[in-house]
Amino acid sequence: MTESRTTPAWRLARTERHVALLTLEGDWLARETGLRDRATVERILGETGDAERLSFNSSGIGDWDSALVVFVKALRDAAPRLNIDASGLPQAASRLLALATEFPERSSATSAAREPLLARVGHRATDRWRGTVAVSALVGETVQRALVALTGRARMRTVDVIDLMREAGAGALGIVAIVNGLVGGILGFVGAVQLRRFGAEIFVADLVGIAMVREMAAVMTAVVMAGRTGGAYAAQLATMQGNEEIDALKALGIPVYDYLVLPRVVALVAMMPFLYIYACAFGLMGGLVVGVATLDLSPAAYLVETREGLNGTQFAFGLVKVLAFGALVALAGCHIGLSAGRSAADVGRAATSAVVAGIIGVIALDGIFAVCADALGI
Amino acid sequence: MTRERTDDELFRAEGIKLAFGPKLVQQGLDFSIRRGSIFAVMGPSGCGKSTVLKAMVGLLRPAAGIILVDGEDYWAASGARRTEIGRRFGIVFQNGALWSSMTVAENVALPLQMFTELNRDASAALVRLKLAWVGLAHAADVMPSELSGGMRKRAGLARALALDPDVLFLDEPSAGLDPIASKRLDDLIVELRDGLGATVVMVSHELPSLLDICDDGIFLDTETKTAIAHGAPRDLKEISDHPTVQAFMQRERAGEKESAHVQG
Repeated sequence: MTESRTTPAWRLARTERHVALLTLEGDWLARETGLRDRATVERILGETGDAERLSFNSSGIGDWDSALVVFVKALRDAAPRLNIDASGLPQAASRLLALATEFPERSSATSAAREPLLARVGHRATDRWRGTVAVSALVGETVQRALVALTGRARMRTVDVIDLMREAGAGALGIVAIVNGLVGGILGFVGAVQLRRFGAEIFVADLVGIAMVREMAAVMTAVVMAGRTGGAYAAQLATMQGNEEIDALKALGIPVYDYLVLPRVVALVAMMPFLYIYACAFGLMGGLVVGVATLDLSPAAYLVETREGLNGTQFAFGLVKVLAFGALVALAGCHIGLSAGRSAADVGRAATSAVVAGIIGVIALDGIFAVCADALGI
Repeated sequence: MTRERTDDELFRAEGIKLAFGPKLVQQGLDFSIRRGSIFAVMGPSGCGKSTVLKAMVGLLRPAAGIILVDGEDYWAASGARRTEIGRRFGIVFQNGALWSSMTVAENVALPLQMFTELNRDASAALVRLKLAWVGLAHAADVMPSELSGGMRKRAGLARALALDPDVLFLDEPSAGLDPIASKRLDDLIVELRDGLGATVVMVSHELPSLLDICDDGIFLDTETKTAIAHGAPRDLKEISDHPTVQAFMQRERAGEKESAHVQG
């Protein structure tokens, strides 16, 4: 398209008493010569004065596209009093102009008018309440269906559970190892710097051991799983929602809880204890490496001290926590995924809020556990 | 528009072979598309019609053969040149393929924002025009998820028209529509072809619209994996003696026709 374009031009003339004739020239191409703006349209209409009919002469027009149709349509829309006679336009243009009017505009305007502030606050509040009810219902339903599942009567496919377990368990080994190994090492450094001042280097082993087993292994693993698995659950279910896959399940009478939520919760909860033990091992190893490398402790002494510092209660406490975290992450992911909207952006939003809800939930829950443990003297 | 409406050739495919890895879809396709025609890619479900369309619009590189657009070898051109050629194409995907996080109007406006220098008012005016053409002026601010199947298709059409394309590609335009909506869409396609002077390429297996509006086409076969007939659907219905084409056009099962032959 190297040929030069001439800018659109027009001339208005009065042919008869009530007829104005608009002569159009030049190239009317939206992408090359642009569109006429509203002011131009109004100026032309102003010049027509008391004319009742506007006709066109387009014999001198060059190339044209939608720009011309938009222009004539704007003239017509801006002056309903004026009788637009499109017969002088190129034939194709008058057809396109007619096409733009032919369809009756059924007003099924779904875009609701903006509500007043009070109504919006009220709606938000009831939405929140409904959300809370939905979460409670999901938790209740899961517990109920899990009990049914224990008797082997839930309509859950074993294949799904095994796949999900592999994804949530074996698939996460790498990142859990890295994160917990590093956290163990970092705790070792922190302890080494402080304890060296008291000549109590050996107690680094206790510090790392207790911190990992009681807190960090469980929390870090749960945070990793919230980012990895919780987000994935939400994205998966939200995409299924968008594809009407969930509607298809419901229509067939397949219970969504049994089929989608329960396998995910079961798989994650079942994998969490293993990941926790594994995380503890890597955390202790991280501490051991740092202790041996920076404090001249012998590995044997470090291990003996670790054994003395830890007891079964610490592990049991960590295990209980990690089970609760797993259930929380899986339920949050599933709930957010199931209640997501149907667009691509909704899927992204669901994944984000599942991760955020998972992480905040895990840390808040850990706080509650800490308070309980304190009260119980564990 | 004032683009020459001569019967010269806009599009030419020579010896096209399409395959996904070792899986052959179609081969030995030769056809040409006249400017201003409505060209049909016909054939039974699963014969690779949509794949042929994808190769024509540049979404899939053919395993062999050349595609000429206005005499220019499309796949031999540089990436930038291909994009430039592709900008002359408007594509309507099977289910509209609207971007789900934008309103209908934003969907139509995006190509204008990306490829033109038009200001907000100008592109809004163009968007209103395109939506009015497809009868969706009232649904400009609606999200795609709230539209019915037919409306989604028309919104996809409006988006494809955003840049006044020279060639309009439609993938199964009337699939899943009721006969009235399907007829209206056919009329609209003809109307737009006449008004815009565009060339239309449609993939379809809907007999009524094929017979009604298409004036040229090719018929792809699933078994031989090549084109077994060329021509306007209504002529093929009359003159083709290929059993598969006849069965398709007469809405019979190929097997019945053959067994009838054996008995006769």
